[in-house]
Amino acid sequence: MSLILISLTPFVGAIFTACISRLGRLHAAWTAGAVTLLTLALLFPLIADVFAGNTLIQQVSWIPMVGLDLAFRLDGLALLFALLILGIGLLIILYARYYLSERDDMGRFYTYLLLFMGSMLGIALSENVIQLLIFWELTSLSSFLLISYWQHRRESRRGARMALAVTGGGGLALLGGFLLLGNMVDSYNLSVILASGDIIRADPLYLPMLVLILLGAFTKSAQFPFHFWLPNAMAAPTPVSAYLHSATMVKAGVFLLARLFPALSGTEEWFWLVGITGLTTLLVAAYIAMFKHDLKGLLAYSTISHLGLITLLFGIGTPLAAVAGVFHIINHAIFKASLFMAAGIIDHETGTRDMRRLSGLWKFMPYTALLAMVAAASMAGVPLFNGFLSKEMFFAETLHNLDQTWGWLLPTAATLAGVFAVAYSLRLILGVFFGAAPVDLPKTPHEPPRWMKIPVEILVALCLLVGILPALTVEPILAIAASSVLQGPLPEHNLAIWHGFNTALWMSMIALVGGTLLYLGRRPLFKLYDRQWRSLEFRNLYNYLLGKLYKFSTSVTRIIDAGSLQRMIFVFILFILALGINGFLSGELLLTGQREGLAIDGVSLLVALIMVSATIATVIFHRQRLVALILMGAVGLGVALIFVKFSAPDLALTQLSVEVVTIMLLLLALYFLPQTSPIESSKLLRSRDWIISIVAGSGVTALTWAVLTRPHQSIADYFLANSVTGGGGTNVVNVILVDFRGYDTLGEITVLAIAGLGIYAMLDHLQLTGSSHDDKGRRWNHDTHPVILASFARLLLPIALIVAMFILLRGHNLPGGGFIAGLITAVALVMQYLANGVVWTQKRLPANVHSVIGYGLLIAVVTGLASWLFNYPFLTSTFSHIHWPIIGEFELASAMPFDLGVYLVVVGATSLILINLGLVHSNSPRANFRKQPRKWKH
Amino acid sequence: MEALIAIILGSLTTCGIYLILRGRTFPVVLGLTFLSYAVNLFLLIMGRLTIGKPPILVAGVSDYADPLPQALVLTAIVIGFAMTAFVIVLSLKAYSELSNDHVDGKHKS
Repeated sequence: MSLILISLTPFVGAIFTACISRLGRLHAAWTAGAVTLLTLALLFPLIADVFAGNTLIQQVSWIPMVGLDLAFRLDGLALLFALLILGIGLLIILYARYYLSERDDMGRFYTYLLLFMGSMLGIALSENVIQLLIFWELTSLSSFLLISYWQHRRESRRGARMALAVTGGGGLALLGGFLLLGNMVDSYNLSVILASGDIIRADPLYLPMLVLILLGAFTKSAQFPFHFWLPNAMAAPTPVSAYLHSATMVKAGVFLLARLFPALSGTEEWFWLVGITGLTTLLVAAYIAMFKHDLKGLLAYSTISHLGLITLLFGIGTPLAAVAGVFHIINHAIFKASLFMAAGIIDHETGTRDMRRLSGLWKFMPYTALLAMVAAASMAGVPLFNGFLSKEMFFAETLHNLDQTWGWLLPTAATLAGVFAVAYSLRLILGVFFGAAPVDLPKTPHEPPRWMKIPVEILVALCLLVGILPALTVEPILAIAASSVLQGPLPEHNLAIWHGFNTALWMSMIALVGGTLLYLGRRPLFKLYDRQWRSLEFRNLYNYLLGKLYKFSTSVTRIIDAGSLQRMIFVFILFILALGINGFLSGELLLTGQREGLAIDGVSLLVALIMVSATIATVIFHRQRLVALILMGAVGLGVALIFVKFSAPDLALTQLSVEVVTIMLLLLALYFLPQTSPIESSKLLRSRDWIISIVAGSGVTALTWAVLTRPHQSIADYFLANSVTGGGGTNVVNVILVDFRGYDTLGEITVLAIAGLGIYAMLDHLQLTGSSHDDKGRRWNHDTHPVILASFARLLLPIALIVAMFILLRGHNLPGGGFIAGLITAVALVMQYLANGVVWTQKRLPANVHSVIGYGLLIAVVTGLASWLFNYPFLTSTFSHIHWPIIGEFELASAMPFDLGVYLVVVGATSLILINLGLVHSNSPRANFRKQPRKWKH
Repeated sequence: MEALIAIILGSLTTCGIYLILRGRTFPVVLGLTFLSYAVNLFLLIMGRLTIGKPPILVAGVSDYADPLPQALVLTAIVIGFAMTAFVIVLSLKAYSELSNDHVDGKHKS
């Protein structure tokens, strides 16, 4: 279970962080740090096992019918990623604590960050690919939240939306790919997939599957031509960029390549698709990076380029190239995180990231400059720094095909990319830290706070340690990670700084010298770039396509939705009619079935007559709204009588109380609305409406008749037989509600609660003036609170509450229950408002009914959860009979607190709606009734 | 008795549909209420008509009305109320924002 626990810890921690951040600004940072440390601590005991070469797989059944298990996997690669995600995450948390300003909501930031961390960890630790995809999409969503953290900025919102659109689209493709893949090997588990490489590669659907999966990986890893979202995501706060674009988000794509390497690689298609994409990305992005004036923009394109390098390495497909790929994942995470953090420090302390304005910062912040230099040297691939080692392995791996005609192309391109990398690294350092003293900066630059530098120092120290002593530092973790990528023996490799004068070293030399020369001669190139490259921005294409899509969907919507509800309902009913008529014509032709009917008695006939005439009268008088409403109330009571007649006492009680509440509600609303409806539709239109209504009504009559005259089979016997033994109650309807189908009821009271709160939100700040006269000029009333009504209402309250309690308690065995009791209570409470007025009632009744809804839901859920304590599924009920002195035999059922929860939600929601609707009147003294919303503390 | 129920349901539906086709919010809300009466009754009678056999278990009796549609309808009534309340408050809100109660939020000239 521990791997599940590890993956869930950040999510739970995120909720906890969100809650605790209300206590103070910095609490969120500490909590997030503690959660990350806890996750690391949970991971720690498993590390030794993985280093011993074992793969931990833990799974729980989830939906076994379709092959879905919650399955987690910890092998070398997963461990490497988990350490990167958590380790760098911890540093980012520390860094962000100092980076975020007073105005930024720390709670929100750290909550999002932990959500993202959990999603990333989920990707790394997933054994089941569908589950991996869920976490994959979660990273898209949580990165959307992180990138758009500064919601008030337009570019943040746009950048976040772009990232979500591109990576989300890729996720969709990935889902398709995974489904195909799972189909090929008949399992969604990685252990099976990784062992079935030959089956997969021989499958006729290999190519479409590969393309779909690669689309997912390439969009996530910002590979050309999907790279454009990454520079736009730089609108995020720098800690986010440092996290997402060094160790996590974009690495998810290359992680996927590494993860599925044994299953997918080794074919021509793989080599060309992955190789070409990687190579193009490597070159193009490195080229663009040279010309970016924004510090983070340069780093963004450099990130894309390095991801291209890693992709290319996996594309080359040799075991040694895969080792180099994993190695570069580590190195890039380390130096790029530290560079982003350094860029953030510069931005933080000078107020700008524009390299045209920055220069000569060495004098002001020499220490930060030194740190940035080390990291940049690593990025450029200078010897003694970690980036050099993996880059040299990369250079060596490009030399395999030299004997072929175009074999020279790959090493040349690689060297050229190296030249670019050296040039942009040089520009970053020389442009920002050296040269003339800066003029006119928004802030006077100085060194950042001590603790803001610590994360950068740690990472820079790692750059050096790995660069100088690779075999002692990185080799063990690289070995286990690479061997789990290869799923086989590790190729001979030698992590050392000096391999003698070989071709790779010469390539490095050329890159260093060439990069320096390029930097020195950069001016004409800048001019060229400004003239030509701008138009090639893929962002414009994306915006163009997006604009087209918007236009298209708007035009389609206009065709379907003409903005007229009446017409849409008409079309809808016409459609339903067509379906119904089709059903009648294609089924049995006989309308009347074999079942014998019941005889009509006089009373029933009378009730039916009253109902039908009241219904028709409602329509006839529907322009006089009050009359129509009263008539409708009569129909509602008739419905309750029908329930009584046909053996549904619970329904009759519910209908009766709901009817009261509904009429009260509609009366209140009607008070504010116009009292009459004007004639608007033409005669023709009304006749059309009549015809379609009568046809539909006749259809319902025919259907009802056809159903009622046919025998039926029901699953009711099960409920009747098990109600007492299984649910402990003799009122089968109530037992179904709170026991057999308790889960549904929980959903329904949740809906009720949401509706109540939604109505409250709509009524907030709504003020209406109702007229004191009706449409004929008569006063509504002369006495707002008649004495007799007021006194009786007060007298009735305790009696009504006792009746409600009685109905609630007996509900399990006799007609009644939480729903009905709740409605009765709500009516009794609202009666006080009606009879005694707001001022009198508020003084005596607790005004805050929101919490009643909350407590109700809580009680219902906790009752359900309690069964977990006894190892039963959610909402399993239990009951027992105890003997109380004097009172006698008494039944205690766990369904009772559940019904209490139902009761409270119904009371809360119903009275919330009615009381607040009454308070909408502009004369209501609600200013002191409604509490001001609590301000969110920062 | 079956015929009576069928006719009641038919008239409820007819009037409900006619009302939801009106152009002002209040009649539409009334129409929705009528339709929910019809739907609730229709759901109930899926267990067929039974008189005097409420599903309250009593020793020695084995014939009861079908409790399942009843349980469905009970929650449907309450949810229906919540929906009615939501729609009527929505129309109040629209009335206050747009100062007319047309379903499309505008006066038809």
